[in-house]
Amino acid sequence: MHTLAHPFQHQRTTNRIFESTVGGAIRLVTYLVLLASACIFLTIGIKGAQAVLAPKWPFVNVAFFTEKPSTLYVFDWHGQKLEMSDEQFRDFKAKNKAEDIPVETYAHSAGGILPCIVGTVLLVLGSMTIALFFGVCSAIYLSEYSRDWWLLRLIRLSIMNLAGVPSIVFGLFGFALFVGYFKWNISLMSGWFTLALMVLPVVITSAEEALKAVPQGFREGSLALGATKWQTIRTNVLPYAIPGILTSSILGVARVAGETAPILFTAAYVVLDKYPWQVAKWTDFFFQPVQALPYHIYVVSSKIPQNAYTERMQYGTAFVFLALVIMISLGSVLLRIRLRNKLKW
Amino acid sequence: MDETPKTAPPNAVAHAAIEVDHLDFFYGSLQALHDVNLRIPAHKVTALIGPSGCGKTTLLRCFNRMNDLVSIARIGRGQVRIHGTDIYGSKVDPIELRKRVGMVFQKSNPFPKSIYENVIYGLRIQGRINRSELDEIVERSLRQAALWDEVKDRLHESGLELSGGQQQRLCIARAIAVEPEIILMDEPCSALDPIATSKVEELIFELKKLYTIVIVTHNMQQAGRCSDLTAFFYLGRLVEMDRTEKIFTNPAEKQTEDYITGRFG
Repeated sequence: MHTLAHPFQHQRTTNRIFESTVGGAIRLVTYLVLLASACIFLTIGIKGAQAVLAPKWPFVNVAFFTEKPSTLYVFDWHGQKLEMSDEQFRDFKAKNKAEDIPVETYAHSAGGILPCIVGTVLLVLGSMTIALFFGVCSAIYLSEYSRDWWLLRLIRLSIMNLAGVPSIVFGLFGFALFVGYFKWNISLMSGWFTLALMVLPVVITSAEEALKAVPQGFREGSLALGATKWQTIRTNVLPYAIPGILTSSILGVARVAGETAPILFTAAYVVLDKYPWQVAKWTDFFFQPVQALPYHIYVVSSKIPQNAYTERMQYGTAFVFLALVIMISLGSVLLRIRLRNKLKW
Repeated sequence: MDETPKTAPPNAVAHAAIEVDHLDFFYGSLQALHDVNLRIPAHKVTALIGPSGCGKTTLLRCFNRMNDLVSIARIGRGQVRIHGTDIYGSKVDPIELRKRVGMVFQKSNPFPKSIYENVIYGLRIQGRINRSELDEIVERSLRQAALWDEVKDRLHESGLELSGGQQQRLCIARAIAVEPEIILMDEPCSALDPIATSKVEELIFELKKLYTIVIVTHNMQQAGRCSDLTAFFYLGRLVEMDRTEKIFTNPAEKQTEDYITGRFG
């Protein structure tokens, strides 16, 4: 037995040693998470920056953001090793009257990813519009109108199940229903509805939470003044829930932008000749396929022979994609802060 | 308690704004009101008092059918008549009822809108948009609610920036703006400090000239100060209802006396 200087003196008992060990282990695990995310961001950042950023003004590789993907031509020209895109190479051959140059070609390794950025933006806008419409309507029904009965429990159960369905299954479903049965083919429409179905549970749940967060007093106050239920919801509940709905929906946007599987067989093409706005009739716009960032990463990483040239493209695309998603998340945080300051009760 | 006659005497209808006959009220299987009979006269302040859970707020919320919002709430038996009309009758639209029976809540609930928009909310939803008419109503309602002088220079600032007492008076102004006949007040001062409370009480005294007021309160002094009649409830039953000074000086029932003198509740 030690003699204690005072009753609160620290003692190294087995319990205490166990405690500090556990604490240390938990801390270590947490740091490993940090390490993993740092690794991901650094790899994409460093490798992607080489493709996206440029050493000279304007410090970004403009072509990467303004051109379509094209084939890369690599050849020797008077002892110099030249790299050119499809178009450049054709001009070069015409100008220098050089028909038979020994040349190596690499698919998708030149040009840029503008059609993919445009396609992803279109997919996100359309599917979020659809998901918000259906989601907010359902959430209003669930939180404001419905009573707790068996059908309501069934609806909630199906929303929960919908949230658990793997995205590839949504893709397959979309393929069967929209592409096949509705004959929308591989198109924006098919992709929009497939993606909308996928994020619907997120939108419904977040919208319902946002509606529930609106104090009951606003509803009662409005009803007590002779407002109908819908007037109350429209003027005195929904407006205050919109910030919450929007901020959590923006996280849904990141999900829509990021998923590859649902658009794999419903909306995405490997390569397209035209930009989405180059359509003959305006109705064609909705029924055309698009290119998309995550699908493009998939294509350049697994569908073409790998080499140093394709790697630039992979990491460049991933870099842009990651930046886009981070910007969206940042936007949601800023929006939340702004709206929270504006609407307080 | 006296046995109320099955048919109310004819002159009672003429004076009573609200009549309650043999009202049984349930939340699911829990009976909250037992055979309540009372007459609330027009242009008087009637206070409903009693310990927590005695059913006074439930009764108040029967008068504008706010209980309809509670899915398990139902009336088992009896009638509530306002100006002679059974408000739970088949052809009654609760929306129309609530335009004529206003309510002020325990927790002041100004909407996160400007003071001006708060006051005209009830008119806006009725589709009234004539600007000069609305301006006039805002001024009149705020004056009646004794708030005009304090807020006339900042009508377009948020109603949530007002103090607690001002917020409650804003809610009263909002209820007045739709020109109801009856104003129900559910413990309107329970969250207010004594100064704000006295302002609201003065206001209630002024308002009874124009409106019939029913007020639920936990505050015995308040009931004594600002009501003409007082009804004491206990365990879902109306124990006694009479002129306020009679209830406070010489109640007929022992239970009432015990409660008033602070022996329980």
